[in-house]
Amino acid sequence: MTSATPALSPLPETSVSSSALAEISQETLALTRRLFVQLIRRPSTLVAGVLQPLIWLVLFGALFAKAPAGLLPGGGSYGRFLGAGVIVFTAFSAALNAGLPVMFDREFGFLNRLLVAPLRSRSSIVLASVLYITSLSLVQSLAIVGTAGVLGYGWPGATGLALVVITLLLLVFAVTALSLGLAFLLPGHIELIAVIFVANLPLLFASTALAPISFMPTWLGWLAALNPLTFAIEPIRSAYAGDLVLSRIATDVVLEAPYGSLTTANCLAILTALAVGLFLLIRPLLDRKLS
Amino acid sequence: MIELHNLSKRYGSGGRSDAVLALDGVSLTVPSGCLYGLLGPNGAGKTTALRILCTLLAPDAGQVRVAGVDALDDPRGARRLLGYVAQEVAIDKILSGRELLALQGDLHHLPRQERNARIEELIGLLEMEAWIDRRCGTYSGGMRRRLDLATGLLHRPRVLVLDEPTVGLDIESRATIWRVLQQLRDQGTTVLLSSHYLEEVDALADRLAILEAGRVIAEGTPADLKGALGGDRVTLRIREFSDEQEAVRVRSLLQACQGVRQVVINRAQGYSLNLVVDGDAVIERLRHQLADADLPVFALAQSRASLDDVYLQATGRTLQDAELAVAGQRDAKAERKQAMR
Repeated sequence: MTSATPALSPLPETSVSSSALAEISQETLALTRRLFVQLIRRPSTLVAGVLQPLIWLVLFGALFAKAPAGLLPGGGSYGRFLGAGVIVFTAFSAALNAGLPVMFDREFGFLNRLLVAPLRSRSSIVLASVLYITSLSLVQSLAIVGTAGVLGYGWPGATGLALVVITLLLLVFAVTALSLGLAFLLPGHIELIAVIFVANLPLLFASTALAPISFMPTWLGWLAALNPLTFAIEPIRSAYAGDLVLSRIATDVVLEAPYGSLTTANCLAILTALAVGLFLLIRPLLDRKLS
Repeated sequence: MIELHNLSKRYGSGGRSDAVLALDGVSLTVPSGCLYGLLGPNGAGKTTALRILCTLLAPDAGQVRVAGVDALDDPRGARRLLGYVAQEVAIDKILSGRELLALQGDLHHLPRQERNARIEELIGLLEMEAWIDRRCGTYSGGMRRRLDLATGLLHRPRVLVLDEPTVGLDIESRATIWRVLQQLRDQGTTVLLSSHYLEEVDALADRLAILEAGRVIAEGTPADLKGALGGDRVTLRIREFSDEQEAVRVRSLLQACQGVRQVVINRAQGYSLNLVVDGDAVIERLRHQLADADLPVFALAQSRASLDDVYLQATGRTLQDAELAVAGQRDAKAERKQAMR
């Protein structure tokens, strides 16, 4: 015992006046660290999150290996076309699971432990989840970017990679907000997993991940052109298509939707609006559940 | 140090039949530096009261003050003063005990060095050296409860609140927790614990309140409460295992005896008889009476009033009976829902 105070005696009233920012970062970092320790000791989520898209890439990529040349717009191989879709799908799936740790904490009462602590801001709990799931999904997606490069499905270049990361970040924020909202809205993890399960594949099929809009019947084309995944896939696909020129992201059309032509800048603006809108939408719910 | 004033809390919507009035105007004052026991059967409202005190639950009506801080107006201020050890031990199975303590320390914004020194102190105090670096998932109930106590103490709270801290624990862990709670009180911490173990509250608490169906039905020091009942308790056994017929016969015999206030047949203890009598002279008279009636005496034990008698006096049933009565009524699902955010 080095302390002068006996081990059990309460501290005299002191005004602990560290800055709000220091306190928020201390609690957020501690909560984030916990999630990463869990991940490292139970890496199956990480492994499955990389393995599944990898299987998509290899098997699905091979499925159309002998498709006639020039079938796809732009004329590349199917594997090259598929790459962008799988990268986005990886980030999307990871972010869709963002709510699960929160849901388990709710169910097992760990959240109550956090709520009796004098947190400076209870947003730290949400912030930690966002930080964790963002890094996790980026790591997984970049693993796929790397593998796709090794498999000969192309490489976006340095500027292109930056665009890939920005696009994925926007999508991940939006989906994370959605998943966290569900985690507080639904009664338990069974329901949350069911929603994740049902949302996952249809969103993939009703996007331009596996086929261009020109291949689809009109109704599916509309769905794909309204699907947030598409707004992430097409800018990334364009980054893979050739050297990215920053000055042209607001002029070059990357998506020919039934309702009009969209540029990379348009797509990114839509994703930004979606992320911001969803966070604003779930805020009242989080405030209510955490207050 | 703790003031609960006229707390009410109803679960479920008012008009519906499954609505439960958990607290019905509970008022309590816990003096500074006191080890205070909240006694009552399951379902009496102990957990609800403690959850409200710890800002986890909002009351429908009433006031809560902790060391002068209004916990409803300034919950964060109250949380800084409080350490809470919940009944359902929520623990992260993947983290080690030490990591969980570190996380908790960060949530209380302890500086890193102070946090680590404090963790070492508590590991020593609660005798957790042998297993603190193992993952929490491997811990026994007693280890978990000790770890939980440590997380509650990490920030040196002025008020420690424990919900059924020793339920289902091994004797060693229970003794450790009792010792620490007494030390805490001796060093100036105000301790409020709930329990449905009479002996625990009797042995530990400086003061206690008995909660029954959401109301405080008795309050005071254990000695005062027991003293106020008056009379001596006598347990009489005619033979080791008697039967009802004989017990009823002996009861009517003894009830006629002067100075005998009450005779209750205790079925659970082989139809022994529990008596309340006025002083030693009455016991001598009882012995004569029994000898005259040619009845044997297998055992005749005399004792002071216990908290069980206090409870019996206030509610008309023993605490054990009250526990049995609610045992089948609890709805685990509804309770989980109440605790879930």
